[in-house]
Amino acid sequence: MSEAVPISPNPLPLRERMKIARHAMPEQPSEERKANFSEVNLGYSEELARQEALRCLDCEKKTCMTHCPVGVKVGEFVRLIAAGDFAGAATKIREDNGLPGITGRVCPQEDHCEGFCVLKKKGESLGIGYLERFVADYEQKMGLRHLSKAAPTGRKVAIVGSGPAGLSAANDLIQKGHQVRVFEALHELGGVLVYGIPEFRLPKHIIREQIDYLRGMGVEFETDVVVGKTISIDELMEEEGYDAVFVATGAGLPQFMKIPGEHLMGVYSANEFLTRINLMRAYEFPRYDQPIFDLRGKDAAVIGGGNTALDSIRSALRLGARKAYVIYRRSEAEMPARAEEVKHAKQEGIEFQMLTAPVEFLPDNKGWLRAMRCVRMELGQPDASGRRRPVPIPGSEFELPVAVAVLAIGTSANPIIQSTTPGLATDKRGYIAADEQSQRTSRKGVFAGGDIVTGSATVILAMGAGRRAAKSIHEYLTTGVW
Amino acid sequence: MFKIIETRELAPGIKRLVIEASRIARRHQAGQFVIIRVYEQGERIPLTIENSDAQRGTISIVVQAVGKTTRLVNVLEAGDAILDVVGPLGKPSEIAKFGTVVVMGGGVGTAEAFSTAAALKKAGNHVIAIIGARSRQLVILEEEMRGVSDELYVMTDDGSYGEKGVVTDKLRDCIAGGRRIDLVLAVGPIPMMKAAADATRNEGIRTIVSLNPIMIDGTGMCGGCRVLVNGESKFACVDGPEFDAHQVNFEVLTQRNSMYRDEEKKAMEEFESEREELIERIRSGEMRECVLAGGGK
Repeated sequence: MSEAVPISPNPLPLRERMKIARHAMPEQPSEERKANFSEVNLGYSEELARQEALRCLDCEKKTCMTHCPVGVKVGEFVRLIAAGDFAGAATKIREDNGLPGITGRVCPQEDHCEGFCVLKKKGESLGIGYLERFVADYEQKMGLRHLSKAAPTGRKVAIVGSGPAGLSAANDLIQKGHQVRVFEALHELGGVLVYGIPEFRLPKHIIREQIDYLRGMGVEFETDVVVGKTISIDELMEEEGYDAVFVATGAGLPQFMKIPGEHLMGVYSANEFLTRINLMRAYEFPRYDQPIFDLRGKDAAVIGGGNTALDSIRSALRLGARKAYVIYRRSEAEMPARAEEVKHAKQEGIEFQMLTAPVEFLPDNKGWLRAMRCVRMELGQPDASGRRRPVPIPGSEFELPVAVAVLAIGTSANPIIQSTTPGLATDKRGYIAADEQSQRTSRKGVFAGGDIVTGSATVILAMGAGRRAAKSIHEYLTTGVW
Repeated sequence: MFKIIETRELAPGIKRLVIEASRIARRHQAGQFVIIRVYEQGERIPLTIENSDAQRGTISIVVQAVGKTTRLVNVLEAGDAILDVVGPLGKPSEIAKFGTVVVMGGGVGTAEAFSTAAALKKAGNHVIAIIGARSRQLVILEEEMRGVSDELYVMTDDGSYGEKGVVTDKLRDCIAGGRRIDLVLAVGPIPMMKAAADATRNEGIRTIVSLNPIMIDGTGMCGGCRVLVNGESKFACVDGPEFDAHQVNFEVLTQRNSMYRDEEKKAMEEFESEREELIERIRSGEMRECVLAGGGK
C-alpha cells in the first residue's frame, strides 16, 4: 500500500541493544486473576514498548518476517515504535494483518517470529507479540484509521465462517474493492475466537473492535446462517449471485476417547465446556441463562496438552475448582500449548500430571463423574508425527477423584459443507481438499482454508490461509481463469 | 431478529408460533429442527420445526412451557421477535414408501411428528397416527394429524377423551391384532419412546425415535448432544435427531438431560419472580446489545 516512509534509525549501537533484557509483560497477579475472567496480560505502556522496540537488531535476513504466516513486516513496525510513531506502526502491521489485537494476544510467537529472532541466540527474543498487541491497543484507543480501498469491482464474495481465516480473507478482499459478505452459523461473530478462547486471554471487546473495523471497511456480516443447511454453496453462487465462495468453517466435531464412562454427567468436550463459558457466558449464570457445572469446591481435570486444554482448565479454576489438573500422555516438552499459557497456568496453581492418560471415567451411584482411572506412560519409539509414542506402564493405574473432566484431545472434520456441496473433494479424513498455495478446491469458484482443510491448527495459520485464499480469489475474479 | 407473525394456544401451556424465516422455510424437510435464542442473555434450545411455508417464508414451532426459556416463548405474541433462529438443522426423516407406518406422538411430540407423518402419507404409506396426552385439554393437533393419516387414534391417560391409556397401549393392540406394520416413528417423552422401542423389539419392527438431548450449537461443534447408540457416541445434531430406537441407550439420555436440573429450577424461580419485567425489557429492545452479532434474516 503505502511507500516506505523514512524512519529515524535506532540510536543505540548493536552491542548496547543486546544488553537490554526483554521487558516483562505486566500482568494481573496470579492469586487475584484465578478468581476472575479478566485479561491476564495488561499490555506494555508507551515507554515499555519503546524500550522493548529499541532491542531490535534490524537484521538483514528478517527471519522474523519470513517465518510469519501472514508476513507482517516486523522490522519496519518495530522501528516505527522505537521512533515513537505508533500510528505508523499500526498502519504498517495492517498491511498484512487485519487482526493485530488478536494475534498480538494468541499467536504462538515462539513458533514463528520470536522463535527465529536473532536476539534469542544470545538471550531472549524481542517481544514481538507484546509489541504487536501494544500497537493494536494504541490504535484502538486513538481511533482506527481505515485503509484505502480499491474502486468497486462489482464482484461478490461469500465467506463461510467468521473465525480467523474468514476475517483475514475479508480484510484483504474488501481492500481490493470486492463486495464481501461473511456468513456465521452462531449468533455471535468471531468463530473460535469467541466460543473457544476465554475472556482472560482474548477479551470479547477486542474481537468486537476488529469486526467493527471490518464493518467500517464495508464488510457485511450475517449471523444464524449454517451454510450447507440454511443455504447451500450452489444457492449462494447461483441464486444470490456470489462469484466466489471461501469456506472457512473451522475444524468441528470434538473427538472422544472411546473409553468407558464418557457419557457420565461431568464429562465434557472442551468445545462444549468452553462454548458454555465463552459464547454463552455461563460463568455469569443466572444473569445469563445457559448453565454450567457448579465447580465450587470440586476438583477438575483436562485431558490434552494444547491451548484448548489450558484454556479449559484455567476456566475451570476460575469457576471455583479446588484442584485443577492437566492430564497429558506425553511429557511437558511435547505439549503443543503456547509457552506463555503453560507459565501462566503454573503460576495459577494448575497441577501438571504429565505422562498420564485416563483409561476409564468412574461414576457415583447417580451417574455423575466421581473419579478418573488413569495410567502412567513412558515415551517409546517415535510415531508418525515424529514425536515419541507414549506407552502405558503396566501396573501403574491409579484413581484421580474429579467431578469434571474435560476432553481436549482434538477435533475431526465437520461434514456439513462437504455433504451438501456436490463435487467438492475431500481428503481421506473428511477435510476439504484444497491446494496449499491457491486454496482452490475441486469446485470452480470455491476456495477453502483454515482448520476445515488442515485439521486443528492455530489462529495465525488459519489467517495465513485466509490471506492466500484472498489473493487467489482476487486473481480468479480479475482474470476469470480457474 | 425473527418476527413472530402469528401465535395460537393449542392447549394450556402449549403454543404454536409462526415465525418469519424465509431461508429456513425454503430448505426445511420433515424431521429437522431449529435452535432458538430468545434474547441476549438467553440460552440456545433446539425445537423441532412443526411445519413450514416456503412461499410465505415462514416456519412454525410448537412449544410447551416447562423451563424458563419455553415459558418465556409461551408469553410471546404476534409482533414480538425471537433474537436468533437457526436451521434447518439435523438430518431429515427418511421418507419412502414403507407400506404401513405407525406415527406416534406423545404430548407435544405430536407436533414434532406432524411433518414427518405428512411426508410419509404423501409418499404413499398407509399412516396410522396415534396421539396421546394426559387429558382431553392437552390433546393437540388432532385435526391436523387426521388430515395426514389414514387412521387416527387418540389416547388419554385419564380416559377423558379418546381411549384411556397411553400411546404404546394402542401400538401393542395393533401388533397383537396381527396387523402388518413396516415402520414405527415415536416422538415424545423419553419413557414413551423407550416403551415404543420395547414394544416392537421382539417383533423386529423397524422403529425410529427423534431424540431431544441438551444441545448448544446444533452444528456438530460442541458434542453436548452426544447420545449412546449401539454403544457408540453419536451427535444428535448432525447424526440425528432420528435414530434406530432399538439401539438407543435411553437411560444415558435420561441421565444427561437431568444434568442441569438444579440450575433449571433456579432459573425458573427467578423467571417467575421477574417475569413481567423481563418481558417488558425484551419488548423494549433494551436487552438487545447484540455484542458481536451481524443481524440474520
